[in-house]
Amino acid sequence: MSNMGAKTLFSHTMRIAWKDLTELFRNRLGLILLIVMPLFMMVMVGFIYPSNGGGNNLPVAIVNEDSGFNNLTFPSQGFISGLQLMNNQTHYMSFSNVTTMAEVKDLVQKGSLEGGIVIPSNFSQSILSGQQGTVIVITDNSNLQISAQINGFAQLYVEQLSTELAQQNVQHLNSSITSSNALAVVNPYSIQLTGIVAGSSNYFDFIAPGIMAMTVMMSVMTGLPVAISQEKEVGTMDGMMVAPINRLSIILGKTLGQTAKGLLQGVIILVLAVGLFGVAIRGSILLVFALLLLGVFSFVGLGIVITSFTKDQETAQMLMMTLMFPMMFLSGVFFPIQTMPWYMQDIAKLMPLTYASQALRKVMVLGAGISAISTELIVLIAFGAIMIAIAVPVFRRMMTR
Amino acid sequence: MANDSIIDVQNLTKMYKNFTAVDSISFDVKKGEIFGLLGPNGAGKSTTLRMLSTLARPTKGTATIGGYDIVKDDTEVRKLIGIVSEKMIMYNRLTAKENLWFFGSLFNIPKDVLTKRIDELLELVQLTKWKNAQVGTFSTGMRQRMNVVRALLNRPEVLFLDEPTLGLDPQSSVEIREFIRKLNRENGTTVIITTHMMIDADLLCDRIAIVDHGKIVALYTSANLKKTVSGADTTIMKLNIPNLSSVLIEKIQALECADAVTQENQTELKILAHGKDSFDNIIDAIRSNGGNISSMENLQPSLEDVFLHITGHQVRDSADQKIPAEQHRRFGGGSAQRRIR
Repeated sequence: MSNMGAKTLFSHTMRIAWKDLTELFRNRLGLILLIVMPLFMMVMVGFIYPSNGGGNNLPVAIVNEDSGFNNLTFPSQGFISGLQLMNNQTHYMSFSNVTTMAEVKDLVQKGSLEGGIVIPSNFSQSILSGQQGTVIVITDNSNLQISAQINGFAQLYVEQLSTELAQQNVQHLNSSITSSNALAVVNPYSIQLTGIVAGSSNYFDFIAPGIMAMTVMMSVMTGLPVAISQEKEVGTMDGMMVAPINRLSIILGKTLGQTAKGLLQGVIILVLAVGLFGVAIRGSILLVFALLLLGVFSFVGLGIVITSFTKDQETAQMLMMTLMFPMMFLSGVFFPIQTMPWYMQDIAKLMPLTYASQALRKVMVLGAGISAISTELIVLIAFGAIMIAIAVPVFRRMMTR
Repeated sequence: MANDSIIDVQNLTKMYKNFTAVDSISFDVKKGEIFGLLGPNGAGKSTTLRMLSTLARPTKGTATIGGYDIVKDDTEVRKLIGIVSEKMIMYNRLTAKENLWFFGSLFNIPKDVLTKRIDELLELVQLTKWKNAQVGTFSTGMRQRMNVVRALLNRPEVLFLDEPTLGLDPQSSVEIREFIRKLNRENGTTVIITTHMMIDADLLCDRIAIVDHGKIVALYTSANLKKTVSGADTTIMKLNIPNLSSVLIEKIQALECADAVTQENQTELKILAHGKDSFDNIIDAIRSNGGNISSMENLQPSLEDVFLHITGHQVRDSADQKIPAEQHRRFGGGSAQRRIR
């Protein structure tokens, strides 16, 4: 495309986005709902499982049962110090040392501990022989809220440490480790949750990033088909189609408008979360926005494909509901995916929203940097690129029916 | 292709799965002409218009507008055309001015030119006073004027109008028709209009193509078209029979010479018949079956009669072959008024 063509494409895209946003801002009720919807979601999910005294500094024991491998115990020691380092920043838990798993269970039952993180005897052996090292998290079954909280944050910690170790390993790869071993260290730590009934974290810290990711991505995936099918139905689409413009600028302009709307909602959630619910953002706010934009990118293709197949607004709305529910409940937005049965976890891993909310949570809650969320970034970029590759020919066909 | 034609259509065909909406249509339109596509709903005229305005892709055949192919050079075609669709192409939450500005900006018109043009167009349709009001608050007539003006932003050489008077009150219809004629006369804009309203075609068009079941069944100038009916041995008569009964209508329909019998209202019949003795035969039939004729009129054929003559059925939805009496009157009743005027 010539420079001139790119310039007019851009200008037409901006006109269409501007038009969509003007319409949005003229719609008073729509604007109010834009704020009310995420607020409802936060309040509902946040208060269904009421917070137990803020939930900071939960007493959790660390049990190191690791018997080492050839007298080497540095994997477990490294894991523990990593855990402590991270907790020193967030203070979600207050760690103490206990010697056996049985003792932890006893103390949890007595109520002097809320839970325990157990490093089993084969931990170092597994890691050093190229297998996953599994950590066991014990919580109080009877206290669903606390249990879910500890699980949620233990999961976050372990994920983070896992990513760090994987990166170290990959760096070593050049010199010592062979490629066959490298496959096995992609996720060096895994977590095994015991003694829990499935439940949601009551923490706004936990749900706010998920709701943000979901709202922004939904606005593109479902807002786009609704916006376009509405214009087709009303007839205004013909007005744009009959103008000598690149068809791409229609979809780009619409996407831009929806993205702006989604980001606006994201900001509203962020402001509400920080202002009303005391959520702290530990990572870079720029990275938060970059992640939201990446989330949008990963969903644009899917949104366009759905757009191409929905002929009227009603279908688009119904499709939106159909897609929204599994996304909401399977992507770990409201419930940690680790509390789901394994087959549901597998489904969750197919959803890009899972990665977006996980990455956003790492950045906002743990203050993670780009390197710590590289896996999520790669998945989101790959998903987005594949979907766009599918969407462009599908869209072109739809436009010249 | 004649040299002075701006639109040249060759065997244009549109199929939706097994249904042929437009069946190998060919025609050409001269520069500065008002060309009508007349036919019932579902005859394929709107689909033809959508293909010509690059909104739908033909299954077979070609068409050029100003020498540009509607498929290969669609962008060039779009620069030349304006389209007034049956649906209102405008955003209710934007003001009149914002709407025009938005659609105009898609045509790469320089800002100052566009601003001036918008003001002129709004003045032209007497909407200057309302330019900063949201279009959603407009009356149907105002909205349709906006709809037409929107199509003129790029100063099109060819203007497509799809049922432009649909749903408008008589006053607004007259305004729109006058506006189209003025545009055609003053700017030399070529106009293609689709309608199922005989009155639109009758009053506006230089030439009319009658479309039925996806095909052009006749293409004449308005005057010639009527001559084809009255020139033949066809008689159109209107009879007022105070004691009109369904039995009587059946008797008349059974006559060999009667081509079509339409009940206009409780006492009025319109009969299209052929043959030298048709008058006598029909009157005899009525009299011998006890009918009293209170008045009788020999009519000049209207476009509707032409349609009836050519296609053998009335202007109506071809998807709905059996039409209720109410609809009969809608099509038939208007023609009498028109002739008085």
